[in-house]
Amino acid sequence: MTALFQSMGLPFEAAWLVATVIGILLIAFPVMLGVALVIYADRKIWASMALRKGPNVVGPFGILQSFADGIKVFLQETIIPSAANKGLFLIAPILTFTVALLAWAVIPFDSWMILANINVGLLYVLAISSLGVYGTVIAGWSSNSKYPFFSAMRASAQMISYEVSIGFILICVVLWAGTFNLNDIVQAQKSHVWLINGYVANPLLFPMWVMFLISGMAETGRAPFDLTEAESELVAGYQTEYSSMAFALYWLGEYANVLLMCALNATLFFGGYLPPLDWAPLYYVPGLIWLLLKICFFFFIFSWVKATVPRYRYDQLMRLGWKVFLPVSLLWVVIISGYLMLTGHFA
Amino acid sequence: MIQLIAFYLFATVVIASGTLTIMARNPVHSVLWLILAFFNGAGLMVLAGAEFIAMLLVIVYVGAVAVLFLFVVMMLDIDFSELRAGFIKNFPLGMLLAIVLFVELFVGLVARSAGHLVLGKADGSGAPLAGKSNIEAIGALLYSRYLFLFEAAGIVLLVAMIGAIVLTHRQRSDTRGQNVGRQIARRPDEATVNVKPEVGKGVTL
Repeated sequence: MTALFQSMGLPFEAAWLVATVIGILLIAFPVMLGVALVIYADRKIWASMALRKGPNVVGPFGILQSFADGIKVFLQETIIPSAANKGLFLIAPILTFTVALLAWAVIPFDSWMILANINVGLLYVLAISSLGVYGTVIAGWSSNSKYPFFSAMRASAQMISYEVSIGFILICVVLWAGTFNLNDIVQAQKSHVWLINGYVANPLLFPMWVMFLISGMAETGRAPFDLTEAESELVAGYQTEYSSMAFALYWLGEYANVLLMCALNATLFFGGYLPPLDWAPLYYVPGLIWLLLKICFFFFIFSWVKATVPRYRYDQLMRLGWKVFLPVSLLWVVIISGYLMLTGHFA
Repeated sequence: MIQLIAFYLFATVVIASGTLTIMARNPVHSVLWLILAFFNGAGLMVLAGAEFIAMLLVIVYVGAVAVLFLFVVMMLDIDFSELRAGFIKNFPLGMLLAIVLFVELFVGLVARSAGHLVLGKADGSGAPLAGKSNIEAIGALLYSRYLFLFEAAGIVLLVAMIGAIVLTHRQRSDTRGQNVGRQIARRPDEATVNVKPEVGKGVTL
């Protein structure tokens, strides 16, 4: 896009700036719209599994429900508790939301549709997702209230625990792809096993995908790992003291994070924007469509799990993270690097 | 132009938040300013072309170390009068540290004006690999030239980790842990009995 603006007579730096800003908007707005639709889809799937109707009043099939909710919270008053630390209390939801949008910069939507095609793309995603915890922790502390504080402590422990195993899982993928660049990782998955595009068909990487999916649920604080907002123990967790738009920002941030996890699952294990099979006619469908279909598929899994699996207890969560996922993923790094050395993958 | 603006933005924020880390009354605010300083430091690294170091800075320091820091500081019961009470007592020590740091900074500046430090050897083995990404260049150095130092660092970390576990581990006999395997292996006929007690007799379990 930079070249286009340069051909319109702008100097390189101005053209780059304009192109980048337009790129950011082109990602941020569809993500926001996607979040609104995905909240609707989540409620609808959840309702169907509970044999209910779900939102069905606003708009056709209730599809405008999220927008109606958005307008509602926008018109409400932001209440700041008198004991709260005012500045931090207001920064926390903004931080959560910003961080949730930041990581989308490196996701390849097609082989040419990437805002920042950087060499350390995967590390960037890890770095940004590790920032996500601050929104929760700062909210819990600045609310100056007991339940949010418990929630903040849970969140910090939970996210650190699962980030460790996510790191090792990603190393397995990186070892096989030989790069940290997300676009190159997608390209490396082309006809990986026979005709199938995607690392998931690889028997050595399949268990890693399962663990990545579960760790992703824990990392985004989704059910069954939503201990940070366990309503039976902590009211609404770190969101207890929040109202109106600040509360809505947490919602949007949470779902944007879930969508990002779905996109990462698709990109790292299911061939991203590549079609499922390396078969020429499938390439006529644009890569963006394939990626969106995969994201929808993973989001359905996330909703499905939310509707069916009971919440974990805190000690079970820690046990799964530290005593199961960490040793297994560590072992898998050794196994995969050993296998790749043996077969001369790095030669 | 954009790089220049970005550089001055990051640099200003690093210095400002570094200063505020020291000046903030509330320790939690201090940690948050420190995190902001780390983050902008990472921005400076990106500008310098060291994107790998920048990402590691964010992942390790901002994502893990500072979270634990914040975790601990948040749970402190802070008594501000007590904090200030030690000020006079520790003032000389603090001044000494400040003077040492200032002298080091000064020496560094003077040394820099005397000429740049030339890195690497004459055969170019220390120079970054041309046309290679950051990660590849660092990997090529770490796993060839500095292999033993790298392994030694790994062993030091391993020893530190085991030491921390040994020091903090204590066997507790009063907690009842959950044995998932045993729970799953349990069958209804092991756990329940079907008895027909006579009237007025009751059951012994």
